[in-house]
Amino acid sequence: MSTVAEHSHDDHDHHHHAPSGIKRWLYTTNHKDIGTLYLWFAFIMFLTGGAMAMVIRAELFQPGLQIVDPNFFNQMTTVHGLIMVFGAVMPAFTGLANWLVPMMIGAPDMALPRMNNWSFWILPFAFLILLSSLFLEGGGPNFGWTFYAPLSTTYSNDSTALFVFSVHIMGISSIMGAINVIVTIFNMRAPGMNWMKMPLFVWTWLITAFLLIAVMPVLAGVVTMLLTDKFFGTSFFDAAGGGDPVLFQHVFWFFGHPEVYIMILPAFGIISQIVPTFSRKPLFGYASMVYATASIALLSFVVWAHHMFTTGMPVATELFFMFATMLISVPTGVKVFNWVATMWRGSITFEIPMMFAIAFIVLFTLGGFSGLMLAITPVDFQYHDTYFVVAHFHYVLVTGAIFSIMAAVYYWLPKWTGKMFDITLAKWHFWCSLISVNLLFFPMHFVGLAGMPRRIPDYALQFADFNKWISIGGFAFGLSQLIFLALLIKACKKEGEPVSDRVWEGAEGLEWEQLPSPAPYHTFETPPVVK
Amino acid sequence: MSKIVSGATKLLSILVAVPAFADAEVGELEWNLRKGVTNISSDVYDLHMLMFWICTAIGVVVFAVMFYSMFFHRKSRGAKAANFHESVKVEVAWTVVPFLILIGMAIPAANTLIAMEDVSEPDVTVLVTGSQWKWHYKYMDNDVEYYSLLATQQEQINNKFDKGENYLLEVDRPLVIPTGKKVRFLVTSDDVIHSWWVPDFAVKKDANPGFINEAWTRVNEPGIYRGQCAELCGKDHGFMPVVVIAKEPAEYDAWISEQEEIQRKAKEEEQKLLALNMSMEELMEVGEKVYLASCAACHMPTGQGLPGVFPALKGSEMVTQDIPAHIDIVLNGKTGTAMQAFGKQLSLRDIAAVITYERNAWGNNTGDMVQAKDVNAALTGN
Amino acid sequence: MTEQAYEKYYVPDESPWPFVGAVALFLIAVGAGNFVIEVSKDKEGYGGWILTAGLLVLLVMLIGWFKDQIEESRTGLHSNQLGGSYRQGMSWFIFSEVMFFAAFFGALYYARTISIPWLGGASNNAMTNEVLWPTFEAAWPLISTPGGETTEAMGWYGLPLANTIILLLSSVTCHFAHVGLEQENRKKLTWMLGITILFGIVFLFLQVEEYIHAYTQMGLTLESGVYGSTFFMLTGFHGMHVTLGTIMLIVMFFRVLKGHFTPDNHFAFQATSWYWHFVDVVWVMLFFFVYIL
Ligand code: HEA
Ligand code: HEA
Ligand code: HEC
Ligand code: CUA
Ligand SMILES: [Cu+2]
Repeated sequence: MSTVAEHSHDDHDHHHHAPSGIKRWLYTTNHKDIGTLYLWFAFIMFLTGGAMAMVIRAELFQPGLQIVDPNFFNQMTTVHGLIMVFGAVMPAFTGLANWLVPMMIGAPDMALPRMNNWSFWILPFAFLILLSSLFLEGGGPNFGWTFYAPLSTTYSNDSTALFVFSVHIMGISSIMGAINVIVTIFNMRAPGMNWMKMPLFVWTWLITAFLLIAVMPVLAGVVTMLLTDKFFGTSFFDAAGGGDPVLFQHVFWFFGHPEVYIMILPAFGIISQIVPTFSRKPLFGYASMVYATASIALLSFVVWAHHMFTTGMPVATELFFMFATMLISVPTGVKVFNWVATMWRGSITFEIPMMFAIAFIVLFTLGGFSGLMLAITPVDFQYHDTYFVVAHFHYVLVTGAIFSIMAAVYYWLPKWTGKMFDITLAKWHFWCSLISVNLLFFPMHFVGLAGMPRRIPDYALQFADFNKWISIGGFAFGLSQLIFLALLIKACKKEGEPVSDRVWEGAEGLEWEQLPSPAPYHTFETPPVVK
Repeated sequence: MSKIVSGATKLLSILVAVPAFADAEVGELEWNLRKGVTNISSDVYDLHMLMFWICTAIGVVVFAVMFYSMFFHRKSRGAKAANFHESVKVEVAWTVVPFLILIGMAIPAANTLIAMEDVSEPDVTVLVTGSQWKWHYKYMDNDVEYYSLLATQQEQINNKFDKGENYLLEVDRPLVIPTGKKVRFLVTSDDVIHSWWVPDFAVKKDANPGFINEAWTRVNEPGIYRGQCAELCGKDHGFMPVVVIAKEPAEYDAWISEQEEIQRKAKEEEQKLLALNMSMEELMEVGEKVYLASCAACHMPTGQGLPGVFPALKGSEMVTQDIPAHIDIVLNGKTGTAMQAFGKQLSLRDIAAVITYERNAWGNNTGDMVQAKDVNAALTGN
Repeated sequence: MTEQAYEKYYVPDESPWPFVGAVALFLIAVGAGNFVIEVSKDKEGYGGWILTAGLLVLLVMLIGWFKDQIEESRTGLHSNQLGGSYRQGMSWFIFSEVMFFAAFFGALYYARTISIPWLGGASNNAMTNEVLWPTFEAAWPLISTPGGETTEAMGWYGLPLANTIILLLSSVTCHFAHVGLEQENRKKLTWMLGITILFGIVFLFLQVEEYIHAYTQMGLTLESGVYGSTFFMLTGFHGMHVTLGTIMLIVMFFRVLKGHFTPDNHFAFQATSWYWHFVDVVWVMLFFFVYIL
């Protein structure tokens, strides 16, 4: 099933030049442009969500109420979580998919290029709504990114309606984005690019896209129920009408748990591309990587209630969810072991992407271990809703998802721009981030175990010392990201040494072997030959 | 059971040859889970340490291998890449071995869990109800019930006074339970979801409005145990501590009959007070106290509320004009909003005082006085 | 695979429509948000207008986009492979719709088998019933809620049964229309499509009838507890999908009259018919779980 790409206005020859001006970005149908838009949008959202985290950390720097009032603090926590999850990590992965999936499978573009643009442009508007609700009377959402009923129904303010609709359109965007990825992978592979030859990044995104299409509608459903409960008198989450607030949590986490794997499976894909390159050795256990990814995805549908151990479910239910959750460690372990085995007896070099990848492997695993501890129901009664959980998910999200995205950007940036990025800045960025991120998130385990609840603007005195260090780590990590910003701006201005087509000595795959650096505006208009 | 676990823990700590920091004396800096004061909480602690050491051990092994190859198989040391990329044998091994380890974790965990959820045959039962932002305790076998509110002064929170030792972890009236007895908690809520948590008992149960969850504890040592609300429940979620005092059974019995007596007397007093009229000064003084304790969290000490969330009382139409509506909303609250029914929380006198206060404070100078008997009339429908 | 080698894949150039569509969704979200607040709080505001504007922009966008699309398709720019992308895209879209309904079916299941029995004291909730809802007895349909609302249950005979038969028949006629198209039997196609549309409209009409009956005669409303909530949300969302499906069918009808579609190039028609079958299957589920059980 292969093709020659065809464009409508063949008269003017623009095949290798990008159109210019603002319209290029508003009306584009080019997967690389859209990928770039997604990536910059995600980065801006990361800075925005990060700025909110800085507010949180400043307030928690010492006990007592200092700079914000509790209601605003809750809005910061909530919007920080929402922005990072839906605005930073997910769009960044979609941006990478846009850039890379067509190049990796030898397709001329995404399967549905116009819809691709639509799914992107919804996002800035959705977040505009979410962010502007912060300035309304009564403020924006303040019920946590998990918006449990009835705090988000009966007891929330009016801006909840805007929150609900902004989540709706975000969901529409994600679903369309995911459909595009999945159809591209199914329908647009170059001849010879059979399933078991697909790069792992493509595989993990295929499975991620499936998860997205399966669970984003469920999120849409639960916010809809929330809307009608709050504004139209339905009783889904109200015991007086025969409903149950815990029903909200079941539906939310049926979406929410697969969602966290949506934020890590593409990361696994990225690491599985990078580690072999810099070990100069093929990925160990390709097939088992694919099966492991699929098992993680399937299992992710039956573990959601591990977020709800304290809600008073019957023992049998608790046991089921505990066992199912623990099982996820097995396929995830397979991945970690495969990466290590890939490095084993390789010929390793430590370029920037590899440094991030190694940091990912170690720190993600650490986050995975604390996840496994959380899965143990009786102990989760102690951990639940404390900073131990906050530590867990920042390890898997920041040193997991975010680090993988950074690794990916460093890995493919030279391919995109044709120039090597500023390596000195990159080293600074890496080492500053690595040290500060651990100062930021590691002590959170300790305060959590010592009993500090999450989502509080003020705390008891015994938590003061650690919190001070955490905040300092937070500010340092925030500043370190400005180095990254500077580096990216330089790269976009096309500064730096030109690179070869392969860029990295050990790199393999269509994008390295069959495309020049920088990758031209349109690629693979005639499908490549895959051995 | 717990012996096996702690045995395994010890074994592991020797294996890894790291002094178990958890066994060190807990100094000022708390950084590990506490053992607590019940058998269950110490089982939970053991499980936690077991998990911790297993994870540490796996981590050490895996990353030792990784760092070994990072060091010895680096290109700069002249390493040549091998070309193997598959081995069914190792792949099966590293699927099966973790699985077995998981079974080893799951069995003790399941046992502890089952024990924790066995709420049968309690000696004492307490109904614990969360509401924004306080706890209500009701002893199901005695005529005793009361609210338990944060006792830390606002000035400490706002950094005007030095913070006390139990900053944010102190309440006006702690829950009192007997040691050595099985105490069952029925946990529920009046408004949003809260979560009742005492780390020393390893008890954390969500308080879901409209449903009752059950938990239990049997405390071994008398003492004061502190915890906090553990589910985001709105603005003052961080200011909703739980304090439990465990007393020897004899002391507890004495305490509870004393409380029964006090609460009975208070009710009698209340009736007597109906005949009396309080002066404006007295009403305002009591009213301010009640206002700050019960209302200021939402309507703010200045009476200005939080626009869009909690209405201002200063200059409000109801507060400056309509007395019956004012009494009604304070007594019965307004369903479907955060405004709770204070009729069952405050005495008639306090309600009268707080209403008078609201009608005369912050420039609301209506000059109206509301007396306990007016409130009583509204309550009984005369 | 090789037999299709070097087929053309049409990659469109810049198009304003996606961006216009994003603006439309923006206006819809802002408008709907404000509208909901205004309606439920009886306030004045622009919500309704913004929402209307958004829907209009969406309409313009759809017309423009589809016009381009039809144009491309009729000038032969579309290849089989592109058709494959459209078909797969549509199937995944329908799958996402299935999951949307699944959330509501899940809520229905939860209410029936978990929350209501628990409120009645089942499982580990004996105290819930004893202390909080002593007079409540679990039952389905929930005609008397723990809070004391009462209502009547909707039976399955009468209108719902009639509607089931109508929708099932419409699925059959829709299928025959497709067969007609593939056999190049234009008359069959037009007639069968026309009848399908008619069935759709009758269905909607009866559904409205049923709602009026529920609200005015039975006291069954959105507010009558979780029974009313699940009943109206499930049937309501289904109704919205039937409306959308009917509109799509009508568009197809006009395109057929204009002579569009050929036996091997009729993706839009096929997508519409898939959608219609999907809506039909959802109804069968609804009929079973909401009305009969
Ligand atoms: C990228 C996101 C991500 C990822 C990948 C994970 C991965 C895991 N998570 Fe995490 N989790 C979150 C994001 C994520 N989580 C978030 C955001 C929350 C909080 C939500 C909120 O409340 O706001 C959360 C909360 C959360 C909870 C609820 C805690 C609570 O609120 O009380 C639990 C409980 O079971 C849990 C468990 C797990 C487990 C078992 C894994 C496993 O997948 C981890 C598996 C990995 C390993 C175990 C390490 C590698 C394995 C080996 C080296 C093999 C050998 C190991 C053994 C056999 C031991 N997570
Ligand atoms: C991928 C997701 C992601 C990422 C990347 C982060 C990143 C960070 N998070 Fe986030 N976090 C969540 C997801 C994420 N978080 C979620 C889901 C929650 C739960 C929410 C809830 O409870 O509902 C949460 C909650 C959460 C809390 C708990 C809040 C509470 O319980 O009250 C804290 C507290 O320290 C925190 C801190 C941080 C910090 C310091 C970073 C840092 O890594 C951020 C670093 C980045 C920057 C700082 C940007 C750099 C930019 C600048 C420095 C310029 C800034 C400009 C100005 C200062 C004007 N996060
Ligand atoms: C948990 C939050 C909360 C607390 C505590 C609280 N209120 Fe309220 N109160 C509200 C809310 C919310 C409303 C608005 C209800 C509505 O939507 O009409 C309200 C409304 C009122 C009104 C009506 C104002 C008007 O203009 O309509 C009065 C009077 C009032 N409260 C008095 C009190 C008093 C007296 C106390 C303490 C004894 C108190 N409130 C404690 C949340 C609270
Ligand atoms: Cu009550 Cu948090
Ligand atoms: Cu989870």
